[in-house]
Amino acid sequence: MSTIHVRTTVNGEPTEFLCEPAETLLDALRNRLGLTGTKEGCGTGDCGSCSVLLEGRLVPSCLVLAAEAIDREVLTVEGVAVGDALHPVQQAFLEQAALQCGICTPGLVVAAKSLLDRNTNPTEQEVRFWLAGNLCRCTGYDKIVRAVMDAAEVMRNETSEVRA
Amino acid sequence: MSAERTFEYIGTRPIRHDGLDKVTGRANYGADFTLPGMLHGHVLRSPHAHARIVSIDTSAAEATPGVKAVITGKDIPKTNAKLSLGEAAMELGPMGDNALAHDKALYEGHAVAAVAATSPEIAREAAEKIVVVYEVLKPVMTVDQALAPGATILHDDLVTKGKPLADAPKHTNVALRMELKRGDLEAGFAAADLIVERTFTTPMVHQGYIEPHACVARYGEDGQVLVWTTTQGHFIVRDASAGILGIDAAKVKVVPSEIGGGFGGKIPVYLEPLAIVLSRKAHRPVKMVMSRDDVFRASGPTSGTKVRMKIGAKKDGTLVAASASLYYEAGAYPGSPAGAGAMCVIAPYTIPNFMIEAYDIVVNRPKVAAYRAPGSPAAMFATESVIDEIAQKLGMDPIDLRLKNAAQEGDSAPYGPKYGPIGLKQVLEATKAHPHWKAPLGPNQGRGVACGFWFNAGLNSTATVSLSADGSATVVTGNPDIGGTRVAQAMMVSEELGIPVERVRPTVADTDSIGYNDLTGGSRVCYATGMAVIKAAQDARDQLCARAAKIWDVDPSCVAWERGRAIPLNGASDKEPLTVSALAAKMTATGGPIVGRGAVSAPMAGPGFATNICDIEVDKETGVSRVVRYTAIQDVGKAVHPSYVEGQMQGGAVQGIGWALNEEYIYDEAGHLENAGFLDYRMPVASDLPMIDTVLIEVANPLHPYGVRGVGEVPIVPPLAAVANAMAGATGVRFTDLPLSPPRVLKALSGA
Amino acid sequence: MLTQRYEAPTTVADAVRLMQADPQATPLAGGTDLLVQYRVGLRRPSAFVDLKRIPGLVGITLDEVGMRLGAATSAAEVCEHGEARRLWPGLVEAVGLLGSTQIQGRGSVGGNLCNGSPAADTTCPLIVNRARAVIAGPQGERTVDVDGFTTGPHKTVLAPGEVLVALWVPRPAAGTGDAYLRLIPRSEMDIAAAGAAVSVTLDKGGTCTAARVAIAAVAPTALLVPAAAEALIGTKLDDAALVRAGEAASAAARSIGDKRGTAAYRRTVVGVLTRRAASIAAARARASH
Ligand SMILES: Cc1cc2nc3c(=O)[nH]c(=O)nc-3n(C[C@H](O)[C@H](O)[C@H](O)COP(=O)(O)OP(=O)(O)OC[C@H]3O[C@@H](n4cnc5c(N)ncnc54)[C@H](O)[C@@H]3O)c2cc1C
Ligand code: FES
Ligand code: FES
Repeated sequence: MSTIHVRTTVNGEPTEFLCEPAETLLDALRNRLGLTGTKEGCGTGDCGSCSVLLEGRLVPSCLVLAAEAIDREVLTVEGVAVGDALHPVQQAFLEQAALQCGICTPGLVVAAKSLLDRNTNPTEQEVRFWLAGNLCRCTGYDKIVRAVMDAAEVMRNETSEVRA
Repeated sequence: MSAERTFEYIGTRPIRHDGLDKVTGRANYGADFTLPGMLHGHVLRSPHAHARIVSIDTSAAEATPGVKAVITGKDIPKTNAKLSLGEAAMELGPMGDNALAHDKALYEGHAVAAVAATSPEIAREAAEKIVVVYEVLKPVMTVDQALAPGATILHDDLVTKGKPLADAPKHTNVALRMELKRGDLEAGFAAADLIVERTFTTPMVHQGYIEPHACVARYGEDGQVLVWTTTQGHFIVRDASAGILGIDAAKVKVVPSEIGGGFGGKIPVYLEPLAIVLSRKAHRPVKMVMSRDDVFRASGPTSGTKVRMKIGAKKDGTLVAASASLYYEAGAYPGSPAGAGAMCVIAPYTIPNFMIEAYDIVVNRPKVAAYRAPGSPAAMFATESVIDEIAQKLGMDPIDLRLKNAAQEGDSAPYGPKYGPIGLKQVLEATKAHPHWKAPLGPNQGRGVACGFWFNAGLNSTATVSLSADGSATVVTGNPDIGGTRVAQAMMVSEELGIPVERVRPTVADTDSIGYNDLTGGSRVCYATGMAVIKAAQDARDQLCARAAKIWDVDPSCVAWERGRAIPLNGASDKEPLTVSALAAKMTATGGPIVGRGAVSAPMAGPGFATNICDIEVDKETGVSRVVRYTAIQDVGKAVHPSYVEGQMQGGAVQGIGWALNEEYIYDEAGHLENAGFLDYRMPVASDLPMIDTVLIEVANPLHPYGVRGVGEVPIVPPLAAVANAMAGATGVRFTDLPLSPPRVLKALSGA
Repeated sequence: MLTQRYEAPTTVADAVRLMQADPQATPLAGGTDLLVQYRVGLRRPSAFVDLKRIPGLVGITLDEVGMRLGAATSAAEVCEHGEARRLWPGLVEAVGLLGSTQIQGRGSVGGNLCNGSPAADTTCPLIVNRARAVIAGPQGERTVDVDGFTTGPHKTVLAPGEVLVALWVPRPAAGTGDAYLRLIPRSEMDIAAAGAAVSVTLDKGGTCTAARVAIAAVAPTALLVPAAAEALIGTKLDDAALVRAGEAASAAARSIGDKRGTAAYRRTVVGVLTRRAASIAAARARASH
């Protein structure tokens, strides 16, 4: 089996690792790079726990081969907060109690961030459909949706402050 | 009395202490742990639902490069040991046999061998080389098949416990028959003006926690074992693993990881004994992680059920008689929650004459585990559907009918004891008064209401509260935090000591670092472990008062505690009050570390009642339905952290909605599970749902110093009937079989 | 055997060469079918041939005759293409139904077609829009109708060594509208129990001059239903015509029962979906005049 040398960028850092041809990006992040924030709930694309951004696009890392990351940019939950500043989505999750067990939270944080990167004024229905691939079994989604709407508002206010 | 007490911290909504780690991905869950030199385990599972294991040849697997150990049922001792779990006992023999089959594979996915190798891929490939010769037997997939004359018998030595019927066959799949009776059933029904009788079924469903089971075990040559695992009860993992393997519990240290959901499903051990034995053989740590497929096929879903329910009522709505027969699938080994179902089935109502029987029946499906209010949802689906129909036939408001018959303090529960203060009536009144109940409905919409009941557990808990010299505190318990219990425990310490929640650090300790704790389950953590925490905090507080007395050189009786300070009483009134910080700073000089201890064996927690209102919209041409509005109302005793109480209510409601609408185990005739993945198991996704409104009713529980009641389980009880009753309203058809999936709904509509 | 190689050719010729040299090598687009099948042990290709580094396989170009959709373009990219959505709202909506946001970040229309599932959501809308499949292989390039591309469950016209390069969709004639509807029990994240795509063209007077109807998940492949189209052509797409089209679709269904629905259920529902999709397509066609 030919091991593959992957040069990539993870959370803004140039990163290198070796992987097997059939190894998923999820496994490489967790087992090769120690980035265990990205979770595996199913391994088959059905739960969203493994969500990461690949070239800015929301993808299930369980259905991406690690080798596909060559020369690409990956963002995981570990890279969402900048320094000690939580992303508004993370802050809103804490304030709204939008997590119970928290296993779905990393995937939801990444997914919600990717929505708000595109649209800081989503409707409740837009939030719900964007997040439909992120299963949460504990919360019934109510507080998650509220947290994302709150984070959107914070982000809208931030941009208007910058403009003002 | 606690209801009168005003709180400073209880009832507020601070940010949870473990929150930051969880929103940044730093928190470590079951699969996130590694040890140097660790091997990876893989389980070979039976492709047959029912088969005798004739032989297992592991030689090819053992010869595979990278394979370090292979085990089969022979490596797990057969045992008759039991583990006491409060009032219930866990049979360890079946648990061990379930973890790794000895003689028979009893369901598709039953573990028959396991391999440890240097990588997960090698372990998997090697496992596929194990040759198992099976004698395939006829599978028994439903309670009807299990009870049919001449049915295949799963366990030759099974005898019916409890009160078997006189003419029951000796050779049987019935593990238990129990009975609850009161009054004169015949006379009761004879006095009724209206009798409604129907038979209901619910499918086998899974808890659906998002984190698969996972653990790492290391067996030392000196017999000391370390297990890192995701569990609802690490003391149970310790005692069960030790009991199954015949080793001393004290030699096993279990460290709980963060847990990604359990809902009852992470109480039994599956992987842990295998990982320990593999590690013993391989002399290296072994990690085992279930795939989602494994979780569906081989962990512990809850029973599929059949319930026959008959209730008689007077014209004025008084319920006079009820009879019910509950048939619950246990899965491969005895232990369904049929008994609990029988105790719950009419618990909200005072019905003078009843006879309830319940059957625990083994079938070739995975052994069921607890699932949130185990036994109650299916039972109350039957009751609450029949009550709805009675209301409809009598032309009564369904809430009024329930109010007329609602149990209250002093009434005898059908399972025996008299109720203390319970909030059913208040919950029903609040439901009736809620704007949702009167809001207009749109076309093709229907509204349903239903009640739920759950006992709530007490059991054993230990806690310690330690002060630091700067006046901050740590609180240590032994219950994995599944939904915000750490912050609730810190809040209790704050309430007792008067220090801010941020200055209290709550920790979940491993089995070596805290006294015994029963599991996180039974809605008991905030209640029972909370009591231990309060006791420990009060112990610390008493010690602080004693230190103040020492500093002031007065008798301890001259010191009282008020809002976070020791205050002087008569005889010491010239002294300035001392804060926690001031006292803690002098800890060393005044007698050394201050550590408060609390250990409790809490009584049953005081039952919880809830109602749900559901609006559903049905596409009558396709049978597809959507929940369009939902409200959950519940007596929560005292909400320690209201956000997490609401979260329990919302999450439970949505699990119940999933159960009602789409979730089910689908088996083919040979007993193969056809939908062992999230895509086809169909749990609710965000876009399926509206917001879930909540109303918290607080009827203080006198058993707890703050009035806390368990809140985590009863939320899943009402939705099944609330959804079905809404569907009846929308379509005019009464549905007795769940799930209300589009094909089933359309079929009923075109037949109607 | 575990898959031994990962290849990322940068030209179609290289991809074809790789696959010709090793018949067990398998193209990888978004991997949302292939890697799932790999994970559960259904497929063990010798090599994954990642097509996404080949320039022509990713991206969308529109000219006056139609749209060329690179076979491995992610669904998300298709959905973000405003002009494509304006021209083929039904097709683009179908692309937007694939899985979840995450799945759409990976999964492609080409992969949906090549996977050959009878329940594929984008195949029927391609068929009613008269899409063609551009295929490259050892013998060079050929183009075939998407209708007929799948020949059975998970079987296609692709010969060994062939790769789907692009889908080509002709610009709709004036007065055309399309729509796709599917039935799933949940609101998202499900495989269709039935699906129906309709394209209709109306003249200025509102009479239907051309129509195509294709149905999903009710036969071994996506099924073009000429009888349903005939029920629409020549009418003003009044309710009676729509009902007849639905009945024709139900009659054409050769469904089987499985965990996603009984045969009878699928047959009934595909008629409902056809009628409703035709109604949406008609409204779009009217609006486009
Ligand atoms: C959670 C989940 C939800 C889903 N929901 C839906 C849904 O709602 N509707 C639906 O229709 N599908 C659904 N799917 C299936 C899948 O996402 C789609 O079929 C998707 O379009 C496949 O595209 P892909 O690019 O990922 O294909 P891949 O997985 O990369 O490939 C699929 C197959 O086609 C072959 N192939 C791919 N590209 C080419 C090419 N250019 N030339 C030759 N062969 C090729 C591959 O070898 C493979 O056999 C779902 C899948 C998941 C995991
Ligand atoms: S682990 Fe990738 S979607 Fe579930
Ligand atoms: S918080 Fe537990 S799954 Fe979402």
